[in-house]
Amino acid sequence: MAPEAALHSQRMSGRRRFLNWMLGGSAVGLMGSVLYPALQFILPPRLSEAGLSSVVAGKVDELLPNTGKIFRFGSRPGLLIRLPSGEYRAFSAVCSHLQCTVQYRGDLSQVWCACHNGRYNLNGEVLSGPPPAPLEAYSVTIREDEIVVSKA
Amino acid sequence: MNRVWPILILLCWAGSALAEKKDTCVDCHQTLNKSHAATVKGMEQDVHARHGLSCADCHGGDPTDEDMMVSMDPGRGYLGVPTVEQIPEFCGRCHADAAYIRRFKPRQRVDQLELYWTSVHGQQHQKGDRKVAQCVSCHGVHGILPGSDPRSPVYPTNVPKTCARCHSDAGLMASYHIPTDQFDKYRTSVHGRALLERGARGAPACHDCHGNHGAVPPGVNSVSNVCGQCHPANRELLAQSPHEKPFEEMGLAGCKTCHRHHDTQHPTDSMLGTAKGSVCISCHKSGSRGYQAAADMRGAIEGLKAKRDAAERLIARAEQAGMEVSQARFDLNEVGHFLTRARTSVHAFSPPKTEEVVKQGEALADVTTRKGEQALVEIQARRRGFAVFLVILLSAGVALFLKIKDVDRREGV
Amino acid sequence: MEAKTRSKVLDWLDERLQVQVALSFLAKKVVPLHRHSIWYYFGGMALFLFSVQMVTGILLLMYYAPTAEAAFESVQFIVTEVRFGWLIRSIHSWAANLMVATVFVHMMSVLLLKAYRKPRELTWVTGVLLFFLTLGFGFSGSLLPWDTLAFFATKVGTGLVNTVPVVGHHLLVIQRGGEDVTGATLKRFFGLHVAVLPMLTVAVLLLHLLLILFQGMSVPPSAQGQEDRMKKTPFFPNFLLRDLLAWLGAFGLVVGLAVFLPRELGVKADPFAPAPAGIKPEWYFMFMFQTLKLAPSHILFLEGEMVVFLFFGLCGLGLILVPFLDARSRRGERSPLFTALSILMILYIVTMTLVGYLVKPA
Repeated sequence: MAPEAALHSQRMSGRRRFLNWMLGGSAVGLMGSVLYPALQFILPPRLSEAGLSSVVAGKVDELLPNTGKIFRFGSRPGLLIRLPSGEYRAFSAVCSHLQCTVQYRGDLSQVWCACHNGRYNLNGEVLSGPPPAPLEAYSVTIREDEIVVSKA
Repeated sequence: MNRVWPILILLCWAGSALAEKKDTCVDCHQTLNKSHAATVKGMEQDVHARHGLSCADCHGGDPTDEDMMVSMDPGRGYLGVPTVEQIPEFCGRCHADAAYIRRFKPRQRVDQLELYWTSVHGQQHQKGDRKVAQCVSCHGVHGILPGSDPRSPVYPTNVPKTCARCHSDAGLMASYHIPTDQFDKYRTSVHGRALLERGARGAPACHDCHGNHGAVPPGVNSVSNVCGQCHPANRELLAQSPHEKPFEEMGLAGCKTCHRHHDTQHPTDSMLGTAKGSVCISCHKSGSRGYQAAADMRGAIEGLKAKRDAAERLIARAEQAGMEVSQARFDLNEVGHFLTRARTSVHAFSPPKTEEVVKQGEALADVTTRKGEQALVEIQARRRGFAVFLVILLSAGVALFLKIKDVDRREGV
Repeated sequence: MEAKTRSKVLDWLDERLQVQVALSFLAKKVVPLHRHSIWYYFGGMALFLFSVQMVTGILLLMYYAPTAEAAFESVQFIVTEVRFGWLIRSIHSWAANLMVATVFVHMMSVLLLKAYRKPRELTWVTGVLLFFLTLGFGFSGSLLPWDTLAFFATKVGTGLVNTVPVVGHHLLVIQRGGEDVTGATLKRFFGLHVAVLPMLTVAVLLLHLLLILFQGMSVPPSAQGQEDRMKKTPFFPNFLLRDLLAWLGAFGLVVGLAVFLPRELGVKADPFAPAPAGIKPEWYFMFMFQTLKLAPSHILFLEGEMVVFLFFGLCGLGLILVPFLDARSRRGERSPLFTALSILMILYIVTMTLVGYLVKPA
């Protein structure tokens, strides 16, 4: 091979090698930018399933007997009550009258709605006032030290 | 076996004969002309009949004898048809007798007659007025249904119509100088629509405000207590507000003065403030403290509404873009509740009190807005990620392009 | 070193599978270069987009729930809770649209370039089948998010078969899994979308690709005379690299669309709510929908809708049979009639689609 041709082909193969590296490198980058999201996708998210059917409403011993607390169930409020006996009850805290948030009144042993004086008993049934329907009851399970509330 | 059959048949016949109490009143009246037969027609559904009572238990007489002269003999206790004057006592003979009623329905009240005498109807009746309502005017006479039966004229959703039978009759009410527009007004009111159109049990009918058997229009100073039966928070605030004393002194009824009574409408924010349509300016003239207070309270509430609406729009945008916003929605519900509480606090007629509630609501709305903005920031982060991807893609594209050129040159086209 | 390993691997495979025969066959594959060579890219593009759909579809399958109660929530879950779920979902949605468009363009270019003529009739037939399968993917897939628009569009779409005489109602019930669109419909559509259609598509696609592999690329009738003198580029690696570049561009486009114009969640379908105003089918069915809307209620003694249905059915059949109907192309002659018909069809479809979107109902 003539010296110029040899030099030329050397430069060419150098170029070729650089090009192959660039191609390989960007291919790897591309593969990465495809595999990374796919892998992240496959890894299960925090919440394992769709359709919120249960939440952790609190910890055991967080509530004193004969008190209640509002917790979040999805985007609606829920009411967790600890009875004087220590037993837990949970309801939707959305008043069936005009959707105000109800509260537990330990002094009355009733669930009370401040908006129009609606009252519910500890089964969620209407005792007096304007609410037309009972409060939706949830089921409560104790899992280790967590109070898990789920749709009945 | 053959001997058992006749005995069984005999027992059945005897049993059925004994089971039917002989009631000649019903048997005879059924066969008579229209007006006499009508009295018996309702008996199947009548609440008294269902408790085993029949004609003679109210009207006296002897139901076992088929001879009319005997069964309807005053000597045998037949009382006949009571006059309008006699009716309250006639019904009260049993219904005001606790021991008697206890035999049938222990939890039934027995104070109806006593209450009736305190009512306007009862007092007019005692004065000799025979046009005024008494027991049968509302409850019917034969075929009386219990108040819990939806067909009864005194079932809550039917009460307004029953009262209106007389109270919307201009001819009847003329001599008493009572207006007759209450039912029409009530039908358009928020309470009327709730009760009559939606059948909402919590909505008041005439008797919830006026009293039932003891019906009397509430006195001027009692009106706010009547409303307070269901709206206690507003009542308490009003009682401690600067409106309470002046209203009393001016003889103005609380609640009703701003909200009207038979035609109460769902309150709107435009009732508050100093613009056209507000109730405040009907008393408070421009420049007065009350005028300023009205403007301040309305302004505070509008401010909270604006913040809530802005937060709502932000959250909706984020949600549609695929962000998880349930916590933000939860907080947004609470902001709505603060708005309700702010509107209730207006009844204290004290701008600082309203502003306090509004401030809390606005703080929560701010939190929600921040959460919404964070969610949208996430959208920006995605775009930045895309930019990185694009850089990699473009460099791969350039490399590929050059490779194509190279390969074309090499292996020839 | 690299070359040595390569040849070792090839030898190993060759001893068992005779790969060298295949490889030398492939190495000889060429792509002719002429004025209309640009259209050669569209087939491969459709294949690339199909692969994107397969991959993103399988990923979505991990979280999707095909029941009326949970479908919408599962999509919401994917989009809000699963990492990059929003990306995978929007890519799947956009690539679907692009795939339908690409397959259509590919088919039209083949039609106008008369690549269906002898000996490529079967390639054409399998291709038209693939087009119908693609539309089937689109129709079945669009219901799966179970949002209001999808629900009602499906209601309208499945309701159309009712006009077919005799079997119309049976077809409707089979499509819907009942009289109405319900969770049963969703399950059927899901089964179609993830199992039946993929299997059929892969089978027909394999046939389609094998035919192309054996028969090579067709040149348009106008260039046929110069075919031997024409410039040709090897498929491996030259044309394939160009294909890859195009696919890279398409990939960037799909991801860009997914990031900047993500598919919205919509509102969960409520079968008992009244239909919202302005229900529209997916854009690729718009031209048929618009035609139906414009059809008079009766044509001669037949129902207008049935006539339109029949018309489209015949067109579909005609499309499949084009190679056998176009006698002139078969003989290698120019076929202006079929060119004109093809252009007319394209114009009709494009116009009707635009009308459907731009013209507001009276």
